[in-house]
Amino acid sequence: MGAITCAACFATYTSVSAGEAYTLTLKDHRFEPAQLTIKAETPATLVVKNLDATPEEFESKTLRIEKIIPANSQASFTIRALKAGRYKFVGEFHEDSAKGELIAE
Amino acid sequence: MLGALIIVFREAIEAGLIVGIVLAVTRGLVHARTYIFVGVGAGAGGALLVALFADALSKSFSGNGQELFNASILALAVIMLAWHNIWMSRHGRELSQQLSTVGRAVASGERTLLALAGVVGLAILREGSEVALFLYGVIASGETGYDVFFGGLLGLALGAAVSFATFYGLIKIPPRSLFVVTSWLITFLAAGLAAQSAAFLQQAGVITMLTETLWDTSWALSDKTILGRVLHTLIGYSDQPSLLQGLVYLLTLILIYTATKFTAVRPKLEPRLSP
Repeated sequence: MGAITCAACFATYTSVSAGEAYTLTLKDHRFEPAQLTIKAETPATLVVKNLDATPEEFESKTLRIEKIIPANSQASFTIRALKAGRYKFVGEFHEDSAKGELIAE
Repeated sequence: MLGALIIVFREAIEAGLIVGIVLAVTRGLVHARTYIFVGVGAGAGGALLVALFADALSKSFSGNGQELFNASILALAVIMLAWHNIWMSRHGRELSQQLSTVGRAVASGERTLLALAGVVGLAILREGSEVALFLYGVIASGETGYDVFFGGLLGLALGAAVSFATFYGLIKIPPRSLFVVTSWLITFLAAGLAAQSAAFLQQAGVITMLTETLWDTSWALSDKTILGRVLHTLIGYSDQPSLLQGLVYLLTLILIYTATKFTAVRPKLEPRLSP
């Protein structure tokens, strides 16, 4: 109960999408592109599309993201203004193949 | 198979530790086991439901349903743990003085058991849904085969083993100190969960400030390793926390500590018959 009302009061905040939008696709447990260059020091929106028939957990310690993306769906993330550098991400359920990095320049 | 085992075990550690701690905390209370097992069962059932409706959940609240759900669950667990600790500081001493189990049960009331069973349920709900989705993915893809699935189940079994190890480790501590140890454990556990909750609110974009990274110790101890994960649960260790996470962590520690101190009743010096 508390959870629902609490979530409801935040719901209005969350539709704000910031900055430029970038897209990653996940197919056969691989990211395309595996290296994505984005602008440094600017907030951005990252959309991750999971085209596989299985769920995946998109995770990046450095970007501080941890989220399950169900099969054949997508999720969108607000990326904070990043310092120039490389930010690794993985699909935790298929870590051997599903890996890549954001390059902030 | 080993990969699947590690993935599932990593998810199961947190719930495993929490179950073990709660079992030790409630040892000797009448019906404690029943409460906890109902908590485990409800958590597991809830986890399956969440996994089943994962798609709907992640699409809700403009795509932030999952984050808000996790943040709320964590916050709820923090409140229950804090409440338990404060309650125990009032009544804990009486409890440890009463040796008969009947007396303890009457004095303890069932509410604190309910809160702790709730904490167990929430822990399993949160981690369990991820495990369920992973195992579902393994079966649905059909490409990896059943040894991966069994690896996952083995990871779950290891998670349960963590519960038992924690429980038997804790009950080795003499009852007098056990109370002090567990109330500290619960305070740190709650602070760590509060910080995680804050992280989910930041990920959802609900809180956009204080995102600077406080420190980066991933080179020394990544919180994806087993040890990192254990410390993550026990003391809230994070290898790259945000400033907000650090603040929420400290604030929760201070709040629970002071609330516990202020509500604690001094042990009554009851006249005792000398032996």
